[in-house]
Amino acid sequence: MTAAGTTPRVRVVLFEGAGSAPLEDGARLDLLKSLLDAGHAVTRPAEGAVVAPADDAPHLVVGRFAPDARARLAAADDLELLDLDDAAGPAAVLPAVEAANARAGATSPGEWKPWFPVIDYDRCTNCMQCLTFCLFDVYGVDGDQKIEVRTESNCKTDCPACSRVCPEAAILFPKYKKGPINGAPVTEEDLKSEAMKADISALLGGDLYRTLRDRSAAARQRFSTERDESKALLERKRCLKELGKTLDIPDEVLMTLPSVEDIEAKAARAKEKLEERRRRSRTLNDGPPKPPPSPDDWGI
Amino acid sequence: MSPPRILYCRCAYAKVIDDAVKDEVLARLAESGAAFDAVADLCELAARNDRALDRLRKETPVRIAACYPRAVRWLFHGAGFPLPEDGVEVLNMRESGADEVVARLLDGARPEGSAAPGTGGDA
Repeated sequence: MTAAGTTPRVRVVLFEGAGSAPLEDGARLDLLKSLLDAGHAVTRPAEGAVVAPADDAPHLVVGRFAPDARARLAAADDLELLDLDDAAGPAAVLPAVEAANARAGATSPGEWKPWFPVIDYDRCTNCMQCLTFCLFDVYGVDGDQKIEVRTESNCKTDCPACSRVCPEAAILFPKYKKGPINGAPVTEEDLKSEAMKADISALLGGDLYRTLRDRSAAARQRFSTERDESKALLERKRCLKELGKTLDIPDEVLMTLPSVEDIEAKAARAKEKLEERRRRSRTLNDGPPKPPPSPDDWGI
Repeated sequence: MSPPRILYCRCAYAKVIDDAVKDEVLARLAESGAAFDAVADLCELAARNDRALDRLRKETPVRIAACYPRAVRWLFHGAGFPLPEDGVEVLNMRESGADEVVARLLDGARPEGSAAPGTGGDA
């Protein structure tokens, strides 16, 4: 998970209250769209109404200010003003926001498509299937041994495979096309369907790792006997295609899967950690209290 | 009781909300004179644990125009800024039309006597 304390980005305040002239409707909407589509946050305050409170984010106040209002706002240390009547109109706002973000040292928005799993803890049973399944170390375990999404940016764009193996439909991808993975309410039918998908995964060979290993071993066998490397590669491709279709894994993600050896090593580590967790759980139940495993213990 | 605060999510990095719906909701918010906060993409803020989510969850009641309530709730939670149990209403632009979303967003959201931009101001 990204460390808390990320440098806050600029908050644009579109000021059209007392002491300012309003923008034309079309110009206002175009300005809002241009800022939002470029990844920025905008607040439009109104007299007597509530907006989100000020925090340590830098504020860029944009408007068409009368001289007294401009003087009043300019006196505030923590506000930067952009008068649309002085600047080159609304077109000047986006570059000004980007410059202000750069001065603040904030990351630019839009550098990464925000695709990552979100856990519905009302449904999650902490079974760790997602932790074991994900090949890209997106998941981790917190100090209370509870599953968490730890490294969002490791997640492969448009790949919802972990949510498909979750037996409780507890993993969401808000930008996924279909429910319940996109956050739509979970129905009994969905649960049956999810269970079926998990079963399909099992039918493929017990688990993903075993499937790949078995297929790879078979391919190696043929390679050694037939001396035909292309057949081995074709077999791996066929296996991956099957998995991709079953779990809706994009081809680009399949292409970036770790090697079979790496997957096997990860599976072995996951198994060891699971056994260790069970041992500790038994020990905690049987004997005097022992310290719980640290998050590092789960760093599969 | 204070009028409900409004938060609009543009869902800027995906095509999962119909453009016609999100554009219409934004247009009518902009014309309305109501105060609101708008963000490019709640998912992106959640992924980077952006502290903007902390300010955006404060000051209830709040109405959030975004996507599925379950997704929005757990996005905030996953980022370390859980939404309050009470006083939060999520309006789903993936499932509802602009008329329905705007009607609910603006219901009681404009303080008495407030005017749309262009009809007030003394500059």
